[in-house]
Amino acid sequence: MSAPSRRDFLRTSGMLVVGVSAASVAGADSLGLAAGQRTAGAQGPGPYPDVDFRQLDSWIVVRADGTATFHVGKTDLGQGTGTAFRQIMADELDIAYDKTSCVMGSTDVTVDQGGSGGSDALQTDGWPMRRVAAEARRVLLEMASSRLGVPVEGMVVSDGVVSAAADPSKRVTYGELIGGKRFNVTLSGANVDATTGVAPLKAVQQLKIVGTSPQRYDIPPKVDGTAKWAVDVKLPGMLHARNVKPPVAGATLVSIDESSVRGVPGFVKVVSQGNYVAVVCEREEQAIRAARQLKVNWKKPATAPFPASEDLFTYMRSATPTSAAKPVIVGDPDAARAGAARVIEADYDVPFQGHTAIGPAHATADPRNDQLTIYSNDMKSYGLRNGVARFLDMPRDRVRVVWMEGPQAYGRTAADDAGFEAALLAKELGRPVRVQWMRQEETAWDTKGPAYAVRMRGALDTQGHVVSLEYDARAADHNHLGYNEFDTVLVAQLTGRRKAQPAAGRASYPSDMYAIPNRRMSGSVVPLPLVWETPLRTGNLRDPDGPQVTFASESFIDELAAAAKADPVAFRLQLLTAARDDDGGFRRARSIACVKAAAEKFGWDPRPSPKPRDSGDILTGRGIAYAYRSQTIAVEIAEVEVNRRTGHVWVRRLVCAHDCGLVVNPEGLRRTIECGMLHSLSRALHEEVRFDTEKVTSVDWITHPTLTHADTPGVIDVVIVNGDPNPSRPDLPHYGAGETVCKPMLAAVANAIFDATGVRIRRVPFRDARVLAALKAAGV
Amino acid sequence: MSTIKLTVNGEARTVEAEPSTPLLYVLRNDLDLRGPRFGCGLGQCGACTVLIKGEAVRSCVRPVSSVQGAEITTLEGLARGGVLHPLQQAWIDEQVPQCGFCQNGQILTAKALLDRNPNPTDAEIREGMSRTLCRCMTYYRIQAAIKRAATAMQSTRSGNQEVR
Ligand code: FES
Ligand code: FES
Repeated sequence: MSAPSRRDFLRTSGMLVVGVSAASVAGADSLGLAAGQRTAGAQGPGPYPDVDFRQLDSWIVVRADGTATFHVGKTDLGQGTGTAFRQIMADELDIAYDKTSCVMGSTDVTVDQGGSGGSDALQTDGWPMRRVAAEARRVLLEMASSRLGVPVEGMVVSDGVVSAAADPSKRVTYGELIGGKRFNVTLSGANVDATTGVAPLKAVQQLKIVGTSPQRYDIPPKVDGTAKWAVDVKLPGMLHARNVKPPVAGATLVSIDESSVRGVPGFVKVVSQGNYVAVVCEREEQAIRAARQLKVNWKKPATAPFPASEDLFTYMRSATPTSAAKPVIVGDPDAARAGAARVIEADYDVPFQGHTAIGPAHATADPRNDQLTIYSNDMKSYGLRNGVARFLDMPRDRVRVVWMEGPQAYGRTAADDAGFEAALLAKELGRPVRVQWMRQEETAWDTKGPAYAVRMRGALDTQGHVVSLEYDARAADHNHLGYNEFDTVLVAQLTGRRKAQPAAGRASYPSDMYAIPNRRMSGSVVPLPLVWETPLRTGNLRDPDGPQVTFASESFIDELAAAAKADPVAFRLQLLTAARDDDGGFRRARSIACVKAAAEKFGWDPRPSPKPRDSGDILTGRGIAYAYRSQTIAVEIAEVEVNRRTGHVWVRRLVCAHDCGLVVNPEGLRRTIECGMLHSLSRALHEEVRFDTEKVTSVDWITHPTLTHADTPGVIDVVIVNGDPNPSRPDLPHYGAGETVCKPMLAAVANAIFDATGVRIRRVPFRDARVLAALKAAGV
Repeated sequence: MSTIKLTVNGEARTVEAEPSTPLLYVLRNDLDLRGPRFGCGLGQCGACTVLIKGEAVRSCVRPVSSVQGAEITTLEGLARGGVLHPLQQAWIDEQVPQCGFCQNGQILTAKALLDRNPNPTDAEIREGMSRTLCRCMTYYRIQAAIKRAATAMQSTRSGNQEVR
């Protein structure tokens, strides 16, 4: 279908852009819904009871002009899920895409689908959306039937117009049937994911909008400056706050000298509870100045909170674990290893890496009328609402979260923490408060993906077949944070509210379909000395653990291939085809299809790695890696240039073969894959959170470098694969996309560096100095 | 507080602020502009970029008193007569943004780049844009969009010449 015009964009996106002047930020009111079309009790100044997912009116509003708005309990972090939701729902409803809009993730106007997370927006949440849209179509057809006096079977629907098949002059539009009125249809389902009416879904072959690429409706306002973000919220009487964090991890507050800031223009208050300190001022720049100027006396902890980052992996390998993952054992790996022709071992290290959002954490809270409204970009708005209610001992229906767009939020970010801080401060001040973290605070204190130290061991027989493979991980993931927990968010920790038992954390395993006769996977979690109030707090970071785990496992498969003098693609295919069994989603068949598709797109010529070394300064090579996540498969090939004089690595080409089942919006998917791969490439080449024995020393974009324009590959090829052995099955599912592609990249690049240089880099990131040192040590 | 006179997107504006206040906060909080955004406050990321005399300037480290009288253009001021700038159009055509938070800086930095060098090579684009960060990693599409806009602007220019 043709792309909607710019005017359509403005019209539909206008539905989404929440007005942020005080008068208009009122949930459903500001979303332009006519009176009588909202779900009972879910509008106006509160209270804000949960939106009832068993009411069709909670999901779909059709207006007299024939336009429809879909209300979904998800948030779009910039991957275009909102556009995809409109596509799948418009398709089931039989209405033109341009006539639809989508409202997302605000707790008082959308059902609780949990916000975002797990790349399951389409895999899980898309199903109830399709079912309710199909149900709305069914109800509208029945209404048309009685209005036109034609049996339902005798009618056709196209773009929101119902007509008699035998007599097209008998017609009525959706707008005429329901515009301005409620459906009043009750749905069923044990939980929101199971929500359903009685209408069947369309078979894949009947879908028309799914599989096309309408442009994202959220992009025009993002490029012309009209988009309103959570950072833009302004309320009458609003104050600005900045935090004052302990300068040393684990320090305790002794005293505050408030006179140090009383002279700052606009100064309002210092708020301190336990070790939490914030300064509140009338204007933003005043709060920044006051937070810098405030004199606070801190007492350092008696013992060091953590080892310095250069000692981290030694520490992790010798620390006593706090918990262990359940081992997975296939066959008898010990016996197989003992009888093998060749045994290879290697250790892989991945440091702590952070979210380090481009815009630091922020939120604005409005405490008026004994209620609390929080404006936030937190991807899990419902959890934020529940957590804040618990934290401040308020009834849940007196708290709402208005979700608005913000900087990237791929997992458990500090947006959770800022939401709670804004709520606490607004309650304390009795006025709306906007809080925002500073850059150094964000980079040092946001949640981290855990560091991993992995030992791999593999054994080959005389023909070079893998007879055993062992994986043992140590993850620095003790006290892994959940989302929006009232007793683990940072302000809770600093004010002394915390769980009796820290969360166990986890040590994750690789995901592959390799058939290896003897295999062991084991892992344990090791603690750092400081468990609470630490900047090295771990939480989910885009594809939690996947990049770390897959770096070890897929680098090591390459090491085994090199030891067997086998081509890395052929070696993997042989491991994948060594078994024939498959699961319900054909994960093995689709893995094989993706490896083949990636190799073909790249133009892979079969040979073992490393290749004979080039003679000039620039050494080139290619590397492959593969993983799956849930039912989504990703195979990536990186082609690198390694400068042997500087150690600089440039990935000049990337290929990804990707199978996530039924694709809703191919162009949107391509960009999600491209950007996800580059995020992981940034983690491969640049990212590491460094610290001394007192504090994090990665505090800005100099001390915490990230991928830049200069690093961008010249070519990125994405191959969208449908490896389903029966691609015409009528219920071909839409699996998730996003996080899967984060897994293979680190190994793909390391494998390419090995191919180019013969040198194996087993420690992330591959910054120039590390690569150069390794090349020198190997005499390259 | 002092009275500060600014020209923003062609309009004369007067604000009350401390002279040392970074321009960014005045634009956002006093003039209600949403294009420039806080990313680092350190001049390292580009999220706060505005155009002053054709240069991409980081407003988070520019005191408001130093830009009195200068012509300041923000993202909001790029479109002319309701028509998007070719860069903005290219951003839509290439479907560049993910979250979009950095794109103000990307578009305005690209504008300054193309004003200096209307037909940049791939290497010049990489180099010219390298200090403007995107944590969603939309770089590949940004670079494609810059090339697309450069082509569009060139054909407009040659079209105009023919008319003359
Ligand atoms: S916010 Fe100004 S450069 Fe980062
Ligand atoms: S698009 Fe999200 S930071 Fe650039």
